[in-house]
Amino acid sequence: MELFLQQLVNAIALGSVYSLAALGLTLVFGVLRIPNLAHGALYMIGAYVTYFALTSYGIPYIVAIGISAAVLALIGVIVERLVFHPLRNAPHTHHLIAAVGVLFFLQSGAQVLWGSEFREMPSPFTGIVNVFGLNIGQQRLVVIFASILVMVALYLFLKKTVPGQTIEAIEQDRTGASLVGIDANRVSMMTFAISAALAAIAASLVAPINLVFPTMGEALNLKVFAIIILGGLGSIPGAIVGGFALALAEVFSSTYISNAFSEAIGFLFLLVVLAVRPTGLFSKGA
Amino acid sequence: MAALSKHWKKIALVVVFVISLFVPVFVQNDYFLGIIILGYVWAIATYGLNILLGYTGQLSLGHAGFFGIGAYTVGVLTVNYEFPFWPSLLLAAIASSVLGFLIGIFALRTRNEYFAIFTLGVGFVIYLVIERWEGLTGGALGLIGVPYPEGIGPIQFDGPESIYYLILGFLILTIYIAWSIANSLVGRSFMAIRNSEELAAATGINVGRAKQLAFAISTGIAGLAGGLYATYIGFLGPAIVNVPTTFEILLYLLVGGMGSLSGPLVGAFLVTTLFQFLQQFEAYRLVILGPIVVILIIFFPKGLAGLWAALETRIKAMRGKGEMSGDAGASEEPAKEEAK
Amino acid sequence: MLLKTENLGITFGGLKAVNEVDFEVERGTVAAIIGPNGAGKSTFFNLMSGFHKPTTGTVTLDGENLTNLPAHKTVRSGMARTFQTTNLFMEDTVLDNLIVGHRVRTKSNFFDAIFRTPRLRREEKESRERAMEALEFAGVDRLANRTVGSISQEAQKRVSIALALATDPKILLLDEPAAGVNNEETEGLATLIRKLVEHDYTVCLVEHKMSMVMGLADKIMVLHHGEKIAEGAPKEVASNEAVIEAYLGAGEEEDA
Repeated sequence: MELFLQQLVNAIALGSVYSLAALGLTLVFGVLRIPNLAHGALYMIGAYVTYFALTSYGIPYIVAIGISAAVLALIGVIVERLVFHPLRNAPHTHHLIAAVGVLFFLQSGAQVLWGSEFREMPSPFTGIVNVFGLNIGQQRLVVIFASILVMVALYLFLKKTVPGQTIEAIEQDRTGASLVGIDANRVSMMTFAISAALAAIAASLVAPINLVFPTMGEALNLKVFAIIILGGLGSIPGAIVGGFALALAEVFSSTYISNAFSEAIGFLFLLVVLAVRPTGLFSKGA
Repeated sequence: MAALSKHWKKIALVVVFVISLFVPVFVQNDYFLGIIILGYVWAIATYGLNILLGYTGQLSLGHAGFFGIGAYTVGVLTVNYEFPFWPSLLLAAIASSVLGFLIGIFALRTRNEYFAIFTLGVGFVIYLVIERWEGLTGGALGLIGVPYPEGIGPIQFDGPESIYYLILGFLILTIYIAWSIANSLVGRSFMAIRNSEELAAATGINVGRAKQLAFAISTGIAGLAGGLYATYIGFLGPAIVNVPTTFEILLYLLVGGMGSLSGPLVGAFLVTTLFQFLQQFEAYRLVILGPIVVILIIFFPKGLAGLWAALETRIKAMRGKGEMSGDAGASEEPAKEEAK
Repeated sequence: MLLKTENLGITFGGLKAVNEVDFEVERGTVAAIIGPNGAGKSTFFNLMSGFHKPTTGTVTLDGENLTNLPAHKTVRSGMARTFQTTNLFMEDTVLDNLIVGHRVRTKSNFFDAIFRTPRLRREEKESRERAMEALEFAGVDRLANRTVGSISQEAQKRVSIALALATDPKILLLDEPAAGVNNEETEGLATLIRKLVEHDYTVCLVEHKMSMVMGLADKIMVLHHGEKIAEGAPKEVASNEAVIEAYLGAGEEEDA
């Protein structure tokens, strides 16, 4: 029972990271119809920015995460302008291929600049807290609470602010939105900025638990795609539910079945779901 | 004029063929010959992807998985079971093709992005299975000692030179298959689907079945390439099956030109050899390739083959103006059929 | 009757997009389906040609039940259709776009392609000839070697009709054949449709341009909110009050 609860907390922490990363990916897909295969690479760069802010400049952890989010937002905008904007009318295969190009560039760029060694990110939250008899690492609690905070902030932004509402408007009805004079360019850039920032936050939160290295985004990339497909491409609640569902499945299958199986479970699940429902679990129909 | 360009194409083809026959004579260095052989192997794999992506318009991100099925079929059968090479290679192509067909039943229910991501998942699961099934595949350590093919009559496969001819033969076979598909009603059905699935269905094409066929041919060729890779390299590790390999094959196709007959060969050969010769820049490989991919897809989505075709048209248009030939459209046509 | 639908209908998310429509087209005639935007005309076409599966009713062509057949099989049974946006491949030549039209009448498979069998050669030749015939019929044979992107909108419309013809259909379903072309060109397309009927084809079209329909159709059916509200000769329909009301009521949306 104790093992179960312990793992449940781990799963929730992992799930919040997955959800954050998946939210970014699903936003870009919902608004721009771009399956951004480079999302995992943005995530990885986000972790490095936080790492260097912490270790080279001694910036406090939380501030460093903020800086990383800002830097990644900027990178997101650059990628949108240079790569995806020129392709806005191209067939979907071109988007995927261009994203692969960005992925190549960022991942091997990180390798060249920073080497392929694994780096440990120091976090101030190293203690262990005793909650109802469970020993939980502080960092895991930080991950959970920070993620919830960011999700709430994102929700308020999308629902309560004008720029946020323009994003939602385009997501729901592209032609309608352009008719009422929403500037699609601005929305595209904003969406990419938010998406990359979310990836950076997710990576920076989990890095003290998992280590930082150039290919850290590779497995995550596939996983977040599995998540948003399960949740329905473009669906925000779907990304959150999918993130937690995958984390629960992974953590408990690795505890009770095997490690190898837990790695594959997300994809097996993905394949089964798509085979049965070719447009995802919660899609609004074809 | 058009007849002339057709004529030149034939001559160019013969010249390339003759050169390819004499490569081992000129290239005495085994290392360089090896690079060329590998270029051919990747070209074969790229032809497989081209049938699906270039002709039929479906992006599979699981191509390396099927390459791996082929490679490991040969590897496991020859190393673990001491099976002869030739039937193993045949089984490799059949196994990857049949698996592709079966997976296609489900994969092709999905469309567009979903298909790409579904196949990405398929590729990754194949990789995981190969990496984790240590008893069969040797896991992360891989399989060592995949033998060269047995000799056929007087021909012995005992070194890079004979392997070169073997793989050249399979490359030519693959190109022939690609050509005969492109220049047939089967290929026209594929291309109609690439153009518009709706219109294809409205002209009576069984879209689902045609895609399934394209997928099975594509994965079969990937498996063949994998089997040849296994025998040439002699060692198999799971990394070759992983997703980045798919991305590299995609890159070869993109550089050469999607949907063209020469594209896969030109792209695979050019990119693999270029980077082998620039080995001191190994680390920068993908840093350079990434932006190249992006630039190509934005500005030259049809790759080098597309550039070449555009150049040809321009030259023709210029000549056409010079001769003041009236109907510019009419002179364009006969050469085009050949180019496909 | 060549084409016949009975109770044909479909429900999307609780909404009856097409509600139990009975419709008949006599061999060798032109029938038109009109109605305000969103009346369900294109959906009705999609139901007949197998692009949507009906929730109620049947479709019969020349005595053969086509209900629930997938699109490509309705083509084999003799139903060809065009789309509002022609969907042709702009970068290819007109002829290359057309050759695949006869594919449905051929049998060559992968092995024929690899071994270049006599059957493949014969069928390729047949398909090419059939494509040229269809282009000639549609009056665009001299554009055969031009790329689709380089010919006029009207010519593209003709090419898409030729593509439908290349499938050897009994009936052609034309979805707004004159959308996006000017009046003079519309008249030319109307002449082409008359020529189709003279050559024993049967035509059923969805059209917005009343002028074209009035002079062309032997029979008109009016759809409104997925229901048949009128049917008959052009004059009868034009003076039908329900029709006038439906059109006036939806007048503002006409251009959308």
